Amino acid sequence: MLSGLGVFRPVVHAEGAAILEVSDLSVAYNGTRALDGVTFDLRIGERVAVVGPNGAGKSTLFKVIAGVLDPTSGDVRVAGCSPRGHICIAYVPQRSDVDWSFPVTVEDVVMMGRYGKLGFLRRPGREDRAYVRICLETVGLEDLATRQIGELSGGQQQRMFIARALAQESSIVLMDEPLNGLDVSAQERILEILDALKARGVTVMVATHDLNQAAEFFDRVMLLNRRLLGIGTPEAVFTAEHLESAYGGQLRLVETGEGMMVLNDTCCGGH
Amino acid sequence: MGTLVELLIAPLRYPFMVRGMAAAVMVGIVCAMVGTYMVLRGMAFLGDALAHSILPGIAIGYLVSGGSREPIFWWGLGTGVLTAIGIGAVGKGAQVKEDTAIGIIFSGMFALGIALISTMRSYAVDLAHFLFGDVLGVSSGDLWLTAGLAALVFLVVFVFYKEFLVLSFDPVLAETLRFPSGFLRYLLLVLIALTIVVALQTVGVALMVAMLTTPAATAYLLTKRMAPMMVIAAVLGAVAGVAGLYLSYYISVASGAAIVLVSTAIFLLVLLFSPRRGVVWGWLR
Repeated sequence: MLSGLGVFRPVVHAEGAAILEVSDLSVAYNGTRALDGVTFDLRIGERVAVVGPNGAGKSTLFKVIAGVLDPTSGDVRVAGCSPRGHICIAYVPQRSDVDWSFPVTVEDVVMMGRYGKLGFLRRPGREDRAYVRICLETVGLEDLATRQIGELSGGQQQRMFIARALAQESSIVLMDEPLNGLDVSAQERILEILDALKARGVTVMVATHDLNQAAEFFDRVMLLNRRLLGIGTPEAVFTAEHLESAYGGQLRLVETGEGMMVLNDTCCGGH
Repeated sequence: MGTLVELLIAPLRYPFMVRGMAAAVMVGIVCAMVGTYMVLRGMAFLGDALAHSILPGIAIGYLVSGGSREPIFWWGLGTGVLTAIGIGAVGKGAQVKEDTAIGIIFSGMFALGIALISTMRSYAVDLAHFLFGDVLGVSSGDLWLTAGLAALVFLVVFVFYKEFLVLSFDPVLAETLRFPSGFLRYLLLVLIALTIVVALQTVGVALMVAMLTTPAATAYLLTKRMAPMMVIAAVLGAVAGVAGLYLSYYISVASGAAIVLVSTAIFLLVLLFSPRRGVVWGWLR
């Protein structure tokens, strides 16, 4: 393995290579499989939606890619190396997993993204503060920099974490349900920022429940339910057969509301 | 005015009061610094458990040394560090939930400590000292030891400030930044154990968790950033130490209890009237 690369050293990425290669990845917790034989590649700058029911293994997949969790079997390569050799993979947590009463300000959180580059014993300097400023401006939070994080709205909280991913100078950003519970304008704002990330060649994976959104705003969609059921264009992946095997009895839930319309269009248009 | 100065100076005529105050200030400061992490990470129960688990170590130190302070100190420290590492390992593949396991270990260790101390002749007095502290019995040697270890705790918190901040706020980020998370987690536990042993003579085992958490919790209500929280907590810890000793001198109550009561009173006042989160302002609105 390449763990000898040095834990704190960022890895220089080979030009033109797949940014992420996942091969035959399986993860088991206490004997039950959270992920089973998942294989796919992502190219630099791609934007992929990861869709699947609760417990499909979306968070597990992200944690393995981030190098936080070790796979039971199979392999993950980020720019050709083990994820543990990189500090360029940013994980944006679900909002419900964050302690919003923690005594940190917006700029404190974004500055944490710089800590990986600072190294042991060094304090952030003027350049780091300038960098954090630019990241805050990119997501439009410069006016809220000194607010305590609990004072932000849901959309602003999500943008703060994107700014932290930028401060981390990440090449891959993994976002766990970033659009959940946000109103439409807040969602649109985040999708705009994701466009800006794409322009910078940042690869983004977004876990979402919303099939409609996944189909509309992403280059490719991935349908996951422990096994990888499909990755590609929405037309190819969101087929009745795939959705049935992903959601099974839950399919009725998907068919309520507006989701139903898109589902029909997608599956019938494809045939 | 003259009488107030007189009231403040009077206890300082006794060298044991001066030593006690110096110890209380140092202990107040380091407890509050380490306590800040405990409050933010929800480790109050764990800290209480760790403090109680140290008792058998102290008892053995006491038995083998015949009552001299320094061996008690080192035995306590050894037990504390071992227990901290043991608690760190609990929950990895355990058969029971983590807090249950900690509860069982801590009460078992505490019982062992009481059993050992009960074999001594001066059982009641000694037990009371270990449980509730004896800050007025601090010797100048103890004071130097306290100062040295307090400086060590201070240094570690200073050196690992940003690492501990990330670990407390977002453990997943600590992993993706490739911080040595496992090492940091154990280091924090060992730091708590060290702080507990430093504070042992001031408030004893039973009131330890108040020294660790109350000033930090008070500071939490007063600020929105971690560095000021730590500074405010340290000041409150020191103030409670000094004020508690005056209280103890003038109304003749146990010193450890007086320190904790002052700390609790400050917490309640801030809870009710703090500018940002005060409960009273909420009612008035």
